[in-house]
Amino acid sequence: MAENNKFKVENLDLFYGDFQALKSITMDIEANKVTAFIGPSGCGKSTFLRTLNRMNDLIDTVRIDGTIQLDHQDIYKKDVDVTDLRRRVGMVFQKPNPFPMSIYDNVVYGPRAQGIKDKKVLDEIVESSLRAAALWDEVKDKLHKSGLALSGGQQQRLCIARTIAMKPEIILMDEPTSALDPIATLKVEQLMEELKKEYTIVIVTHSMQQAARISDVTAFFLMGELIEMGDTNEIFSNPKKQQTEDYITGRFG
Amino acid sequence: MSRKTKDMLIKSLILLSTGFTVGILVIIIGYITFRGFGALSFDFIFGSADQGGIWPMIVSTMYIVGISLAISVPVGIMAAIYLTEYAKQTRFVGLIRLATQSLSGIPSIIFGLFGLALFVRAFGFNVSILSAGLTLAIMNLPVIIRATEEALKSVPQSYREGSLGLGATKIYTIWKVVLPSALPGILTAVILAVGRIVGESAPVLLTAGVLKDVPMSMFDGGRTLTVHLYLLAQEAISPHDFQIAFATATVLIVIVLIINLVARFVSAKLDKTKA
Ligand SMILES: Nc1ncnc2c1ncn2[C@@H]1O[C@H](COP(=O)(O)OP(=O)(O)OP(=O)(O)O)[C@@H](O)[C@H]1O
Ligand SMILES: [Mg+2]
Repeated sequence: MAENNKFKVENLDLFYGDFQALKSITMDIEANKVTAFIGPSGCGKSTFLRTLNRMNDLIDTVRIDGTIQLDHQDIYKKDVDVTDLRRRVGMVFQKPNPFPMSIYDNVVYGPRAQGIKDKKVLDEIVESSLRAAALWDEVKDKLHKSGLALSGGQQQRLCIARTIAMKPEIILMDEPTSALDPIATLKVEQLMEELKKEYTIVIVTHSMQQAARISDVTAFFLMGELIEMGDTNEIFSNPKKQQTEDYITGRFG
Repeated sequence: MSRKTKDMLIKSLILLSTGFTVGILVIIIGYITFRGFGALSFDFIFGSADQGGIWPMIVSTMYIVGISLAISVPVGIMAAIYLTEYAKQTRFVGLIRLATQSLSGIPSIIFGLFGLALFVRAFGFNVSILSAGLTLAIMNLPVIIRATEEALKSVPQSYREGSLGLGATKIYTIWKVVLPSALPGILTAVILAVGRIVGESAPVLLTAGVLKDVPMSMFDGGRTLTVHLYLLAQEAISPHDFQIAFATATVLIVIVLIINLVARFVSAKLDKTKA
């Protein structure tokens, strides 16, 4: 593959206690592309996504083998600063999870955690991030109202704005539209279309239409294994593996 | 019996029980305030003991509350943060949790005895509001730890993930997101603790004594409202003595009620999850 790899994952195993959730995953994730993970429920998509910013560290029972490199640096090495990693690799969750504070405070949460205090700088970050998340026009008059008072779709775009405010290199999204109605989903998908110009995006989705619409590369998982990965058009029109074909034609899952 | 009559019967039983409970409460409070009301006056509340007032007892009570909260609240909250946010859920941590829970079931007089031995005698703090404050702090620690743990556990995990996912450190996450969300619950626990401290008599009798003066330093003894009430009731002979006891009880009830109302108000104000 090209020099253009952001992540390079090799022989990754992940265990929850005795249960092996990921089996020898090897894959490259290219920069400035949208990579979609698809596969039936419980196949390990979220688990794998969360290894990319070490979110699984929060779970006591998790054990990991293999390597994940980000720009040629092993992110599981002892001396890696996890907070630094998570600033570079932002994450948007399945259920919108704005903090119980104002819209403004939500957006500048990350920058503030990094120690940025200058009001002017923060104001600018708020406007540019909310604009980038296509939310500015809807909330510009109520920046100091609670983020919880927004609709579900707006909350999710607020969470995306919050992530953009960190100026990450990569954005991980775990089924970001599964809690949203079709119109809000459309808005978030249009937003991803914009975002992929600047960011590397990895998205987990249950909707094959969504994967086909927005992604450049698709990876199909089954029972903790990576079955097939490749150009999205290729995967959907001409899958190489039988299991992939069965899944995308809806014969199981 | 038909479904309907059964339903009716259960409903009336529930109503009756509720009415009974509320009724008893109203009767007790009504009776006490009725009997004590006549003796309530400005001089009674703000006067010195020589003038027949209870001001020194109010002050002593407040001092002891202050001292014990100043210790038990920060220590208890930090211990709870350690137990829920940092400690791996091992058997050892389970043991600590069990120990704190058992501690909250021990009769208060035993804490009083312990305080008497440790603070009054061994540490040489004498019979003083400091000794009493420390004793009650220890007594209240398990309760504060327990309640804070519950409050922390009720903070959605998604808040923590969101914050850590934005590259915030653990301590920043706890300080900016977890604690603020848990604050209403913690505050409720603290207020309940105040109620218990104000209401405690046996351990304070042993550790703070019965002196009827306003304490001038932490090392002075002092008589709390409950201890005062205890002694008044014990020594009461004339109807007037009883009236004074009931008046003191009325003041106690009013103080506890005010604390509760303030707590409710503040914790509703702090609850930011209600957008
Ligand atoms: N904290 C955990 N402890 C133990 N097992 C877990 C944990 N989280 C997930 N698992 C297991 O790991 C497997 C993969 O889960 P994961 O959440 O990654 O699946 P998924 O592909 O994201 O599914 P879905 O599409 O339903 O979100 C499942 O069998 C699940 O039960
Ligand atoms: Mg998932």
